[in-house]
Amino acid sequence: MEGIDEIVGEFLVESYENLDQLDRDLVALEADPGERDLLSSVFRTIHTIKGTSGFLAFHQLEAVAHVGENLLAKLRDGIMTMDHGKTDVLLRMVDTVRALLASIEATGVEAGVDVEPVVVAITAHLEETAPPAPEAPADAAPTALPDPVEPPPAEAAPHATVLTGLPVTIPVDGGTSVVTVDVAPDGSTAATETPAPARAPAPAPAPAPEPTPAPAEVPAAKQASPANNGGKAKRGAAESSVRVDTELLDDLMRLVGELVLTRNQIVQQTSAASTKSTDIELLGATQRLNLIASELQEGVMKTRMQPIDALWNKFPRVVRDLGAQCGKHVRLEMVGKDTELDRTLLEAVKDPLTHLIRNSVDHGIETPDVRMRAGKAPEGVLTLRARHESGQVLVEVVDDGGGIDGARIGAKAVEKGVLTEAEAERMSPTELLQLIFAPGFSTAAAVTNVSGRGVGMDVVKTNIESIGGTIEVESVPGEGTVCRLRIPLTLAIVPALTIVCAGERYALPQVSLLELVALDAEKAATAVETVGGAPVYRLRGELLPMVALAEVLGLEDRSTRAADDGIVMAVLRSEGKRFGLVVDKIINTEEIVVKAVSKQLKAVGLYSGATILGDGAVALILDVQALSRRAMRSDAPDRALTDTGSVATVAARRADQVLVCDVGGGRRAAIPLPLVTRLERLPASSVESVGHREVVQYRGAILPLIRASTHLGTGGWNADPSDDRATDDLEVVVFSERGRSVALVVSEVLDVVDAAAATPSDVLDQGLLGSMVVDDRVTELLDVRSAVIAADPHFYDAEDLARENASSAEHLVAVTIGTPGAAA
Amino acid sequence: MSTAVGLASPTDRTSPVTPTSARRPTQQFTTFWLAGNLYGVEVEHVQEVLRSQALTRVAQAPEAVAGLLNLRGQVVTAIEMRTRLGLGPREEDDKAILVVVRLRGEVVSLLVDAIGDVADVAEDAFEVPPDTLSGSVRELIRGAYKLDGRLLLALDVSRAVDV
Repeated sequence: MEGIDEIVGEFLVESYENLDQLDRDLVALEADPGERDLLSSVFRTIHTIKGTSGFLAFHQLEAVAHVGENLLAKLRDGIMTMDHGKTDVLLRMVDTVRALLASIEATGVEAGVDVEPVVVAITAHLEETAPPAPEAPADAAPTALPDPVEPPPAEAAPHATVLTGLPVTIPVDGGTSVVTVDVAPDGSTAATETPAPARAPAPAPAPAPEPTPAPAEVPAAKQASPANNGGKAKRGAAESSVRVDTELLDDLMRLVGELVLTRNQIVQQTSAASTKSTDIELLGATQRLNLIASELQEGVMKTRMQPIDALWNKFPRVVRDLGAQCGKHVRLEMVGKDTELDRTLLEAVKDPLTHLIRNSVDHGIETPDVRMRAGKAPEGVLTLRARHESGQVLVEVVDDGGGIDGARIGAKAVEKGVLTEAEAERMSPTELLQLIFAPGFSTAAAVTNVSGRGVGMDVVKTNIESIGGTIEVESVPGEGTVCRLRIPLTLAIVPALTIVCAGERYALPQVSLLELVALDAEKAATAVETVGGAPVYRLRGELLPMVALAEVLGLEDRSTRAADDGIVMAVLRSEGKRFGLVVDKIINTEEIVVKAVSKQLKAVGLYSGATILGDGAVALILDVQALSRRAMRSDAPDRALTDTGSVATVAARRADQVLVCDVGGGRRAAIPLPLVTRLERLPASSVESVGHREVVQYRGAILPLIRASTHLGTGGWNADPSDDRATDDLEVVVFSERGRSVALVVSEVLDVVDAAAATPSDVLDQGLLGSMVVDDRVTELLDVRSAVIAADPHFYDAEDLARENASSAEHLVAVTIGTPGAAA
Repeated sequence: MSTAVGLASPTDRTSPVTPTSARRPTQQFTTFWLAGNLYGVEVEHVQEVLRSQALTRVAQAPEAVAGLLNLRGQVVTAIEMRTRLGLGPREEDDKAILVVVRLRGEVVSLLVDAIGDVADVAEDAFEVPPDTLSGSVRELIRGAYKLDGRLLLALDVSRAVDV
């Protein structure tokens, strides 16, 4: 009985693999009906299933496979041609076979699956053309029989040398699915490979007694060797690959992690000792250990790597079915199928990627008639692209559909209360697009109706971020959308920067690191400026908010540090924002093995894990996302990063333009242009008083006057209004709203500049709305509305005020702080 | 399961072990000292006992988290039982002893003053904490075993590590 179970188990594993292949081949066939190789491959697969199920007495399975085979035989022999209807029934046949297999796996018998409809449907197609197909394939059956039951070692052993450089097939989760691993074509490992196939079959039979069906796992399986397909190729794969329990692989990975740590320790101690003594042999051995450990680590990592195609190969079917459902023609193109990443990560991106693809087909790509009207080809193209980029895997989901309109997202966000109107106004279309990932926003059904996008996108983002990845979206309305995922290659061992803060060492994942900045004591004293108390550093002309790690960790007050110390800063990127993390010292970069921290520390929310350093000490891995969230306002993405997208075109909007004024004392004010109605020059002598307020007569009305200097409370320059009255004309900026106006007195109107071209920053303080660099100066954006209210408390009616108070002021003045000291 | 018992109890502390007759159901406890009191953890929870080790501080962690240690490649959280039980800080010269416990697959280390012996205590010597006991101690103590001339306070390990 045991023997039969094993055979059935093997049969199930192989059949699942074959079915996945079938799905893809059939979809490909539909597009290219004349492809004979594909047809033969499909035919062979079904034939094998039929033969084996007959042998194992699974008669329903045999019956289904039999009619399918008949239809395929006609297609292969050119009696019929493949069309949409035939693809449909054949796919249905595949589904039925899969259901039968699941039933066999779960209960050991074919039960609960009604095969009749499919048999009837296929038979109907068969009878389309007159002569029923002969039973020719039946006599081919015996040749197929040995396949699933044949023990691979018998053949594999003699070909041991062939093993190197060929893929290794490894079952996943008790053998119900399989990963394939390339063994590096390294002659030195050939000998050790030889015994492998002999032992390998042992774990393989495991799936049969396994009572829980795991069809979900199966798609991860196949791709024994991507170049091959069909039954014949299976034999080739069996010769060149072994199946290994993934638990064993995980164990190996863990052990290699320990080895790497121990290696680090030994290398460190040896190099420390070598300064004292000169034990050449020890030194040599250490170096060899170093090399071997690195190579071993790389090799074991590779065993866990799978081409992304293992995930993608089920998408053609998904896209086809979904497209048919939605009445759309969608062509799926895949670029970079061979891009490899860690098996666990592959599993982790499966759902997010599926969601993105469904979204693109469902909402992105338009129906054929809409596309025609828009002047596009009726068939939409969905492109999956993957490649390695700077130690990460970049995966893009690109569609040429209707795109997403950032402005509409913004409008909806305002309506939903996610943003204020002013905030939405200040954001670029690309920034607005990222809102589809915001929780509470994306789940709102109303948004979906308007934008056609968004449900569950926050979940996608959360999933991607939980594995240390990032996601961003770009879109040009009318032309299409790009969703870009960046995922790490592996989670187990990551390159990291070790730093010191308040006497403890911490690790910063290299993924978030942009650059390091070191300022000597002299430079540190002048280079750090503050915006409303928040320290910033001008990094190549752009304002970089500075975050002191010691402060975030609550370890030490930075101000107690000696002023003559220099500043060391790691420039980090998180969620589209950059910031400089100020640390005490930077040690080095090294590969660290990520270890989970206990639940007590997970709750702290600052650490993504822990690692063990070369000297055996534990170091915490800082969670850069959490640090940035804790230290900075979250709703102001850094434009310098988000605007680099190629698809996005940021139109210079009037709202982005500011009027720059000199307000005297070497300082400047910038006012959003939309707020300004007129620029006037009034004689200083025209200023009169109403009570303690200054007013001027202007176009037959009394215009309240506010002096920028007074309102900004800077005192110092020009504080005495009588100066102006005595001297020359006043430069006045007039604001109007609903028939009421106020005038802001400035020294000189300088220019209108595009604020989008300036570099904004989210460094701010109470009452400020931001800051930017205009003409190479740190510029604070102040609240104009409060200035206006200071001049005329009735400028806005009570209703306005109540509303505005809630959402903070939206109108700004920017004042440039010149060189330090000017502000005195 | 190795329990170091070679560590001498602080002066004036005699062995807490009570010889028990074989008929009465007994429970084995790994005992340790904290501020002059004897506490115990069921031996099946105790993985090992270690001498003081360098700990990595964890900023912003709950107060009772003393730090992290490297236990043969595994990162283990150390919990200061003195803080947990609301006892004063340890004398500066006294190094803590680490009692490594395993709970539902998770390994946690408890910092205590000194380690005692493994004690066989009779189940019928158990009493729930007196109603007058309050504060954090009451939450973390299941009750007391009446030994000869001394009480063994049974620590509720899962609550003790739930900081």
